[in-house]
Amino acid sequence: MLRARLARRLGAFALEAAIEVPDRTVMVLVGESGAGKTTLLRLLAGLERPDAGRIEVDGDAWFDGAAGAFVPAAERPVGYVAQDYALFPHLTAEQNVAFGLRASRVPAREAAPRVGAALERVGIAALARRRPHELSGGQQQRVALARALVLEPRLLLLDEPLSALDAQTRRAVRGELRRLLAGLPCTTVYVTHSPAEALAFGERVTVLEEGRVSQDGTREDLMRRPRSPYVAEFLGVNWFRGDLAGPDGAPAGAARVALPHGELLLSGDGASGELTAVVHPREITLALAPPAGSARNVFEGAIEELVPEPPSGDLVRVSIATTPPLIAEVTREAVATLGLAPGVRVHASFKAAGVTVVK
Amino acid sequence: MSGDAPPRARRPRRGGWAARVLAAAAIAIGLGFLALPFVALLSHASPAQLLARLGEPVVLDALRLSLLASGGATVLAVALGLPLAWVLATREFPGKPVVEVLVDLPMVLPPTVAGLALLMAFGRAGLAGRALSAFGVSLPFTTAGVIVAQLFMALPFFVGPARAGIASVDRRLLDAAATLRASESFTFFRVVLPLAAPSLVAGVAMSGARALGEFGATITFAGNLPGTTQTMPLAVYLAMQSDLDVAVVLSVLLLVMAFGLLLGLRSAPAGWFWNRARAQGPAR
Repeated sequence: MLRARLARRLGAFALEAAIEVPDRTVMVLVGESGAGKTTLLRLLAGLERPDAGRIEVDGDAWFDGAAGAFVPAAERPVGYVAQDYALFPHLTAEQNVAFGLRASRVPAREAAPRVGAALERVGIAALARRRPHELSGGQQQRVALARALVLEPRLLLLDEPLSALDAQTRRAVRGELRRLLAGLPCTTVYVTHSPAEALAFGERVTVLEEGRVSQDGTREDLMRRPRSPYVAEFLGVNWFRGDLAGPDGAPAGAARVALPHGELLLSGDGASGELTAVVHPREITLALAPPAGSARNVFEGAIEELVPEPPSGDLVRVSIATTPPLIAEVTREAVATLGLAPGVRVHASFKAAGVTVVK
Repeated sequence: MSGDAPPRARRPRRGGWAARVLAAAAIAIGLGFLALPFVALLSHASPAQLLARLGEPVVLDALRLSLLASGGATVLAVALGLPLAWVLATREFPGKPVVEVLVDLPMVLPPTVAGLALLMAFGRAGLAGRALSAFGVSLPFTTAGVIVAQLFMALPFFVGPARAGIASVDRRLLDAAATLRASESFTFFRVVLPLAAPSLVAGVAMSGARALGEFGATITFAGNLPGTTQTMPLAVYLAMQSDLDVAVVLSVLLLVMAFGLLLGLRSAPAGWFWNRARAQGPAR
């Protein structure tokens, strides 16, 4: 269990965040570059000292601003895998993994089997004698992971562990890493800027925006109720902001929302005034001709891009240049029958009932 | 997009040949200027003649003393210079520029001034000298004094490269070591030293060569006693007034040693240090 409240000021940038991660849980930390993700990890690792706050892992205080207590990195049972892995270039894979054990004065005889097991666990036992420059990116990533795990950390920190890999390796490693993390007896904080990774790894997702937590919760929470444009965009959820115009002229049981361009129908009457609404891409239907039917929102525009989602699955995410732009999720089959391709003009429609008012 | 811009036609450069001829001449004169004195020195006597004079007591005494003193000075330069280089490379503190200038000062100071200053400090009546003589230790006019003078002049030549080498070790590796429960000293010996090794070896060679060639501070502080404080450079100077051939033998010896030291450093077999691994660096 990790519980942290942290404040850290670096020039004009200020990080002020509170996070809580239950035992044996992977929390994914997302945010744009510059949002403070790496700073937060470094504070948790003990590489930097917070200005104020408290870090507590399994009831032990690693930092307590009020009491002036600070446990430095070397004394925290923490595992840290940096974005570029930071393997020691002069040491072999095996020696890299053994480094932490040697530093903790574990005798060589006792360390050797543990190093072997750690390398085995990440599937690179055969490469034990290689130096980092003789390893591929994916292999280096595994060495870095083994090096952190061999010390049996209570808190594992991963800073964009897949971002240094090419797309193909990333897909292959992602599945393995997920299985590996799921079996770990520790709390994990996983930093990423990839939505696919966030959804694949995070039981809980915390969103950092400009040094502050703008939202945290389960991934389902976030998908259903993204609380900021960034979160909605990050997860690929459609997002609207407008003024509730009331039921005048709207079909029965629906209300109209005036958008900067056009309007949006939603079910129920709702409160008046400014509101934010989201529409999940799955709610959106695509058609070549204008659809008939009541209480439907219809936007017309040309298709910009088609992206399979998930990469191997049978759904396709379609970005459409409507006003506002929309993302729809349709089946591969629909793409084939409708002949959807970039440039094709479509009518994107969704029911008033498919609109969720967030606030 | 910059890629769409048509490639700009290369304009023929007028007068390019004149600049090239001038540069070539300057390089030829510069290299000739550096090489000629050595050629002259080496051609003064045949190798056989040189070998014949090699066994003279003056030569052997000076050689033995020079190797002993410069070896000792180099060892001390590493022992005193390494912690200093580490602090300068890794820490910020008030007054750091003053410390940096202090460390560099012997490099630019006339060695005779350094020798005089050493005399004021460690001479019989000097600031520290009185305390030392209370313990029956006297440095001036002893071999230990020679080592002190050489150490004073050679220390910056070790600290400089060592500091640069330590500072060049990737900060991220030190962070990684810290999260792997390594104390600062463990990290220093297992990460910093191996990765800075090429620079440290360069520093050893530079300071060793400087100690070997030290003249002014030695003669001012330690005097010129054959067998005790008369190192090779001092012996060269003295022999020039009596026996030029002996001076040449000693000079050639010094030249060969310095040349070998620097060349050996440069042509260390590839991969002998961690150069190869370092060039690759951590994965991007």
